[in-house]
Parts: sequence; structure tokens; C-alpha cells
Amino acid sequence: MALTGVLRPGHVALRVLEMEPALKHYRDVLGLIEVARDDKNRVFLKAWDEHDHHSVVLREADEAGMDYMGWKVDSPATLKKLAADVEQSGLATEMSWIPAGEHPATGERFRFTIPTGHVMELFAEKAIVGNNCGTDGQDINPDPWPDGLKGIAATRFDHCLLYGDDLDGSVKLFTEVLGFGIAEQVMLAGDKKFMIGAFLSCSNKAHDVAFIRQPVKGKFHHASFELRSWEQVLRAGDILSRTKTSIDIGPTRHGITRGETIYFFDPSGNRNEVFSGGYIYYPDKPVITWYDESLGPAIFYHDRKLNEAFLSVFT
Amino acid sequence: MKHTVTIENTGETFRCDEETNVLLGMEQLCRKGIPVGCRNGGCGVCKVQVKKGQYAKRKMSRGVVSAEEEASGCVLACKIFPQSDLEVEVVGKMARAIVAQQSASSDFGFTTTMKTNKPVEEK
Ligand code: FES
Ligand SMILES: [Fe+2]
Repeated sequence: MALTGVLRPGHVALRVLEMEPALKHYRDVLGLIEVARDDKNRVFLKAWDEHDHHSVVLREADEAGMDYMGWKVDSPATLKKLAADVEQSGLATEMSWIPAGEHPATGERFRFTIPTGHVMELFAEKAIVGNNCGTDGQDINPDPWPDGLKGIAATRFDHCLLYGDDLDGSVKLFTEVLGFGIAEQVMLAGDKKFMIGAFLSCSNKAHDVAFIRQPVKGKFHHASFELRSWEQVLRAGDILSRTKTSIDIGPTRHGITRGETIYFFDPSGNRNEVFSGGYIYYPDKPVITWYDESLGPAIFYHDRKLNEAFLSVFT
Repeated sequence: MKHTVTIENTGETFRCDEETNVLLGMEQLCRKGIPVGCRNGGCGVCKVQVKKGQYAKRKMSRGVVSAEEEASGCVLACKIFPQSDLEVEVVGKMARAIVAQQSASSDFGFTTTMKTNKPVEEK
């Protein structure tokens, strides 16, 4: 096993203002599959090509935004070790263990708050329910995709972009303690050591989480879901228009990661993205650097400028 | 039934029916004046102070509108529905962008927020 430690983003927990419209959006438009509800009225969903029990958690609340993001690690031993490392680092606050079963079909989770104010979790165990492609039992002689997919039918929860003030602290924690690499960074042209954006990978993906420096704590820019082709991003745009979903921008391309993308909003104003493409990241890939004066094409490669919403609209 | 919405900052007016939220009503007529963000009550950029008139409202995020603000008519344009003619003043965090837009500035001044490390209180 070459990929060790933190494997991938395992879940994102979002606050929605009203559950029914949120479900219509995440289930019927984005095409996630509802897998469970609990006695706290939370709804758990997964994308069709994910094997783990759930990847999106919705909770009705008075305020939109992200409650926390969870990371799957390779083993219970790694979970214990990384939890101790996070504690030791002095970079995290409000650390606690969430008992097994608090999320359905999930083992214990180590929860902590990072310097940008976001709540993160590590966990090692979540029941594998499969992707329903097997023709002769789970994962036996599988079809390429299952029957009954809805809407955009994103394949997986892929990454989040988060806004916060202490970018340096959060990047240090993710790179030095959790073993992430910097795939791309945005620096100030006038102060080349001053970072304003970081795109971090724990895997072969171009990013698993990204941070942009803004004078706020714990803010959520978007949760992104993967599609397998540019044609599917275009089709997603058609579905978003047909369902009168609030579209932010796109379909277009990001300069950073080269992904083909469309940004849109859930019915509570939380931004979502579906994207395809991007390159394969290896830990020895040279870091790509952008300077703030090229932020336009870095974010929206075709328009070559930010839209008004990119920096000011978040939850 | 349609009502007239007046945006005090720009003097812009447009007609909006009772089933359409004020922000969408503005957008549908290709009018400008109130900044457009998520359109769904979460981000707060469309925040307005209603100076005159009646409206119905739907749930808005407490992260961007406090209960006191909501009670005093400081609300989200994307979550209010006119019940009479309305006069509103744009007060969201992009309010200055309207002025910037009118003077054809291309950088809305937001990139400067990335260069500071100091947390500021959200309005
Ligand atoms: S546009 Fe986001 S709250 Fe109205
Ligand atoms: Fe993204």
C-alpha cells in the first residue's frame, strides 16, 4: 500500500436552513443517495461510486455553513498516532473524541479545530456498503455504473475550499502533522513568502482541501463533487438550469488544478462545485506557484478575472 | 400583484410581484443595484434595510442576519417578497461595490482582504 496515513476526505457536515429543499437539491439534483437518518434529524448521503457508508451529512440549523470535515485514515493505529501528533503540535484547539456510532456505521472520530477556525475530524472505520455495480454480488463482475442514478450523479465527494485567517497555521498542520503536500500555492507578488492560497493533497488528486486567506474564522467556500468528463460538467449545467438551481459561474475551467468546473448554490446558500479533470499529483511533483496578480486566470481561466462572488460570497 | 421596489443607493426602480423575491425580481429584469450572491439566504451580500413598505419573508441564515436586525427590517433581498411598494437601502458587505461598479472599477477591493491576517467581525 503506497498511499498511507490520511487517505481522503471522508465526509463533510453541512448546515441547511430547511431540510426538504436541501434534500431535493443534494439527492435529486446533485444525485447523491440517501443512506440513513438519525434521531437528531440528520440525513446521511453518499455519492454513487463511493464505497463507504456516507460522505455528506445534512443538519437543519438557523445558520448555513459547514459544521466539520472528516478524513479517513488507513487504520485505527494511524488514527491514534495522528491524534497524538495533532495534540503534540500545539496547532489545534478544542480536541475531543467522538464515540463510535455517533455517525451511523462509523468508528470513533478525533475532532479538533485548526488555526483557520475549521473543525476537522479523523476516523479509521466506516462500514463499506459498496457502489452497487456488482452483477453477481458486491464487487463481482461489476458494470461500469449502476442503474437508477438521479440528476447530475456525481461520483464522489472530492474536496472543500475553506476561508480563514491563519492560513499559515492550517497549512503547517496539514503538511507537517498530517502529511499533506502542497500541489499549488498563491503568493503575493510584492512579498513572495506571503501565502494567500494553498491547495493541499493527501493522495494522487490535485487537491483534497484548499484554503484561502481571508479575515474570517471557519468559513466555507464550497464542497466539490467529482464528475468524469467535461461533457458531464456541461450536462450538469443543463440540469442546474432546468431545475432553476442558483448558478454562480461556469461551466468554465480553473487555472489552478486545471479542473473543468461549475459553481452553484444549495437552497441554503452553501456553494457546491462539480468538476472533472485535473492532473495526477505525486508527492515529488514540483509545487506550482501563482502570484496574486494572476489570481483571475488562476481561479477562472477563461474569464481571466474573479467574479464578484468568489471572494465575498461564502457561508 | 406587482409592486414597485426602489433602491435608494442608486435610485433604480423595478416592478416585482408578490410571489417573487426582491433579488430575483431585480435579476429577471436585468436590473442592477443589489449585489447578487447565493440567492438563497446564506451569504448576506444582498442585505438591505427596508425603509418603507410591507413584505413577507422566508428563513434567512442567522450567520448573516441577527434576530434583532430581522425585526428591524434589515433583511436579505433574496428572502423577502413585496406586499406593497418597497424602498430599500443596500447595506450588505458589498454595498461599496455598487459605487465601485458605477465608477467602473474592476477590482472590487476584495483582494485586499486576502492580504491581511487580522480577523474582523462579520457584519
Ligand atoms: S444573495 Fe446570498 S443571502 Fe441573498
Ligand atoms: Fe473546488
